Amino acid sequence: MTSKSERRFDVLVVGAGPAGLAAATSATRAGARTAIVDAGVAPGGQYWRHPAPSEHGVSAAEVAHLHHDLATYHRLVAGLPAVAQFFQHHVWTVTRDRRGFVVHLVDRTGGGEQAVELHSRRLVLAPGAYDRQIPFRGWDLPGVMTAGGVQALLKGHGVVAGQRVLVAGTGPFLLPVAAGLAESGARVVGVHEAASPPAWLSELGAVIRNVGKLGEGAGYARVLARHRIPVRARSVVVSAHGTDAVERVTTMRLDHQGRVVPGTERTVAVDVLAVGWGFTPQLELPLALGCATRVDVDGSLVCEVDDEQRSSVEGVFVAGEACGVGGAALATVEGQIAGAVAAGASSVAPRLRRSRAALRRFAQAMHRSHPVPPGWVDRLSDDTTVCRCEEVPFGALRSMQQDLVGHDGRSAKMLTRVGMGYCQARTCGYAVSCILGQEPSGTSGFAERPVSSPLTLGALATSCPTENDPPPAE
Amino acid sequence: MSQPHFSFDGSQIPFRPGQSVGAALTAVGVRSWRSTRGAGRPRGLFCGIGVCFDCLIVVDGRPNERACLRLAEPGMEVSTQEGTGHGDLEV
Repeated sequence: MTSKSERRFDVLVVGAGPAGLAAATSATRAGARTAIVDAGVAPGGQYWRHPAPSEHGVSAAEVAHLHHDLATYHRLVAGLPAVAQFFQHHVWTVTRDRRGFVVHLVDRTGGGEQAVELHSRRLVLAPGAYDRQIPFRGWDLPGVMTAGGVQALLKGHGVVAGQRVLVAGTGPFLLPVAAGLAESGARVVGVHEAASPPAWLSELGAVIRNVGKLGEGAGYARVLARHRIPVRARSVVVSAHGTDAVERVTTMRLDHQGRVVPGTERTVAVDVLAVGWGFTPQLELPLALGCATRVDVDGSLVCEVDDEQRSSVEGVFVAGEACGVGGAALATVEGQIAGAVAAGASSVAPRLRRSRAALRRFAQAMHRSHPVPPGWVDRLSDDTTVCRCEEVPFGALRSMQQDLVGHDGRSAKMLTRVGMGYCQARTCGYAVSCILGQEPSGTSGFAERPVSSPLTLGALATSCPTENDPPPAE
Repeated sequence: MSQPHFSFDGSQIPFRPGQSVGAALTAVGVRSWRSTRGAGRPRGLFCGIGVCFDCLIVVDGRPNERACLRLAEPGMEVSTQEGTGHGDLEV
């Protein structure tokens, strides 16, 4: 156990993805005593996910071809030795003390569980995001996975999720997932993108300012062409079939309004379906601290931040996907700004501001081109699982609404157990909000103070209250 | 160097150091290792990054470990999780 003085910092960064790495290195450079904490085994977050360091194990070199812009990653990681690092540490909540914040972690190194508390004057929250999901018939069969999960198996473990994979949903992220699978030996039987390809043409201004990002897309398109992978636009998976695992999926065409065209069903054999509908930012910690939020163009709940990445809560900065899903390049710029300002820098380089503005416009253009098509709720049957943890079927929510006994997430949770399980509505929260006709509220619609990682009572019992500190502020 | 293994419901599963339990099981074609509390349906990896808690598994007698996060170790005893994994506490 480190001594108490070793656990006090000027700036503590939560999350070691692009935004967090950039924030930690720029805060250290500005002279702040800095710490970085992350649940993962190595720096990189989801975007630059790397295998756990090991001898004779999966090496970073063998997954390098799956990555983009590793030069930036290596530059950021080179700055880490000056930062106190806490990997495999899961933050479960943040409270305050007189001098700033207390970050409560569970140390899960070596498979154990030990409570740890770190103190910091300022926080940079860079919690990232995970794949957004919408329910469909059969999505709870083993072999149906999130696109990000399939990518994580490849990048983090050198494992190909399946032999015959269909990639579906919407957004530019589907392309690197399909390309990575094909390059690693899987047969990708198709990429089914719900959006229309020319949709971004109406956003040409933002796109032209980001030709680098387009080049990245063209690279993946070349890989898909080389492997003869069919890419179908305006196509959606309506159901997955199988007994104990997915064996087939049925796709349908979408019309220009995003509604399925009757009679266009096609069924294809697969052993894995990789699906994603954009991303849901991980907002538990900003919400627990009371940071102001807004609903972004993509329908995600995100944090409000000012020009210097300050949240509405004094001393708390937010960077990356949590203030608007926009990809690694944008997250890196936001992290750089947040880290420097949190460390006390008086101004932000105009170059960074310009770059952030252009990348944000590009992200908004991409969101407008890749909406979740309407009509998916109409395709649910009463027995379609909506909440995977608590096995709550769509019919339970529908009859609750018919009986006019509840319309919001909290009522639905109490009446049907939706969002009450281990994941605390991270997976089904977006879908349940849509089904109930409510504005997306992330997990906050289901709990006032969402816990960002469950921990055992045993670990909680090892957590010692900090001496001389007042109880957490309300 | 011989490849390390852990046991899964009595079978020996090879893995490469740095792989999670869930990744190693996926690599040998095992798709599910949990039955749900309600309908007893099979589940395995879904989000793959520690968010969804679908891949719960019993490791060295301890239930509710996330197979996607828990790194495989030589000699580990891993088994399918039935329901809550606490059937021994049922009355």
